[in-house]
Amino acid sequence: MSFLSYLINGISLGSVYAIIALGYTMVYGIAKMLNFAHGDVIMVGGYACLMLVLNLNANPFVAVLAAIVVCTVLGIVIESVAYRPLRNAASPLAVLITAIGVSYLLQNIVLLIFGSNPKSFQTVVPIPDLKLADGALTITGEAIATILCSVIIMIVLTLFINKTKAGQAMLAVAEDKGAAQLMGINVNGTIALTFAIGSGLAAVAGVLLCSSYPSLTPYTGSMPGIKAFVAAVFGGIGSIPGAMIGGILLGVIEILGKAYISSQLADAIVFAVLIIVLLVKPTGLLGKQIQEKV
Amino acid sequence: MKKFGKVLGIMTAAALTAGALSVGAAAEDTFKIGSSGPMTGPAATYGNAVMNAAQIAVDEINEAGGANGVMLEFNPQDDEHDAEKAVNAYNTLKDWGMQAFLGTVTSGPCIAVEAEAVNDNMFLLTPSGSAVDCITAGDNAFRVCFSDPDQGTASAKYIGENGLAEKIAVIYDSSDVYSSGVYATFQAEAANQPFEIVCAEAFTADSKTDFSVQLQKAKESGAELVFLPFYYNEIALVFTQADAMGFAPKWFGVDGMDGILTVEGFDTSLTEGVMLLTPFSADAEDERTKNFVAKYQELHNEVPNQFAADAYDGVYAIAAAIEKAGITADMDASEVCDLLKVAMTEISIDGVTGTGMTWDASGEPSKDPKAVVIENGAYKGM
Repeated sequence: MSFLSYLINGISLGSVYAIIALGYTMVYGIAKMLNFAHGDVIMVGGYACLMLVLNLNANPFVAVLAAIVVCTVLGIVIESVAYRPLRNAASPLAVLITAIGVSYLLQNIVLLIFGSNPKSFQTVVPIPDLKLADGALTITGEAIATILCSVIIMIVLTLFINKTKAGQAMLAVAEDKGAAQLMGINVNGTIALTFAIGSGLAAVAGVLLCSSYPSLTPYTGSMPGIKAFVAAVFGGIGSIPGAMIGGILLGVIEILGKAYISSQLADAIVFAVLIIVLLVKPTGLLGKQIQEKV
Repeated sequence: MKKFGKVLGIMTAAALTAGALSVGAAAEDTFKIGSSGPMTGPAATYGNAVMNAAQIAVDEINEAGGANGVMLEFNPQDDEHDAEKAVNAYNTLKDWGMQAFLGTVTSGPCIAVEAEAVNDNMFLLTPSGSAVDCITAGDNAFRVCFSDPDQGTASAKYIGENGLAEKIAVIYDSSDVYSSGVYATFQAEAANQPFEIVCAEAFTADSKTDFSVQLQKAKESGAELVFLPFYYNEIALVFTQADAMGFAPKWFGVDGMDGILTVEGFDTSLTEGVMLLTPFSADAEDERTKNFVAKYQELHNEVPNQFAADAYDGVYAIAAAIEKAGITADMDASEVCDLLKVAMTEISIDGVTGTGMTWDASGEPSKDPKAVVIENGAYKGM
């Protein structure tokens, strides 16, 4: 029974990682850049939602929508101000370092506005907890909502990319920016759209993360952001189902490692598994081996 | 652009002159107390509490005519809870002409700064650096708060002597010197007490949001009481998650739990009946505490926590030691240190974290930890 309970906790933690990893992997897959500020956009989404609920007494559903709008706009602004001018820089490191800079900038702006005191987040999930086997097993409503949301987002994203014109444009940009531009695709617009979607997803992730672990500080996003990045690499960065699988596996390994091996070594175990997977399959679980043709 | 540069140059020069003048003027008639602590970063709550409260105490003393007529000046620096930055801040403060150091706020940086301060013979009084090694490098260092071992031992004794539980679970932060220090002495003292530690689970700074495993294990071990020697941010999450899984043991914390009632939006009904050891209780009825809490609330719009209280008492301790030793503002830091470290062992302070506080030459304070229980969202003495 306790194994089941650990497994459920692992899946619910993993689905939080998965939902963040979806944003990471989407931006990487299309813009070919690691947006290290993704974790902090999540945190901004959390604050946006919380402020609306606390100060304007907004309906939680409306607050979530507003948070999505805030993060989408933020994502577009970050992309056009900080990343776009550097897209053709000599070294791809330039934009990576800028992303780290944006991450700290967001943390410190929020620290200035809201202070360092942790804020407790009221859950916005209307689903009640599910009690099984006479209360010995509890699946929280937040866990159910997170798992559902990540599955839905994964399916919608896959459909969007494969079935719509904008999605096809994204694939073309991912393949070859120069050629896509020659074919009449608006490359800047497409990448901006990618960031808009990625950041909108970050807002959803933020609200779900804070509903599950209700303590919001300016640093809330950074550690889950890194774990989700690991999950995205684990599953094969650039692959949308890969992010989902990577996230859930990471959560399950973390919780089971804590439960059965050592609670101090949990992170060491997670990263050891990551190293082994990458040694065996360098592109991650579902990553595609892309051959460079000369 | 050129013109702009020139204007800027003139302005900078003017600012520099003005700065130099004010420093020169200040050096003559004020006693300079420097401090460093995390004012930004994840531990900023503690640093800001200390700086705010120290400033209140300095202002109060100056309004009342200074310490034996010596006016105090306070200069807080940000160290982001980082040892290297704390040493830089300390050096900046030395350049400023600091005569006594009230810091640092957190243990790790304090150990690093004390290594420097002992060489400089600079008087150091940490309000809240609770690790043993914060003050062991030399006889120049004192502290206001309890040390980690004190807290672990006192908690184990309190639980044992009051028969609160027979089976105890501990959750602690193995990546934090404070938390693992308290746990180590708690465990050592537990051997002498009529209870048994049935489950001890760790977490680390990198995985401090999900406590489901630790709580599940504590629940299965049949523990009646869970000891939580870490900070309130994480404790708030522990309470929420324990509530979600229907686990309701007795909870016992140490001074890091202080602040739990100030977490915005946190359902404080989850803290009903929680016990903690703390030297400071913001709703105490004595005149000193009431005055301090009222002033702090007026200026900073929040209830002061224990870190603030430690800093407030720290400034008063320095002031009392200045009076005792007859220190004047024109003495240099080393001279001040020699006098202060003797005077500290001779004074007795009635402060907000205890009455009749005294210090011995090792730098440890002697005061009694108070156990409080949370009832109706407020501390109540036990």
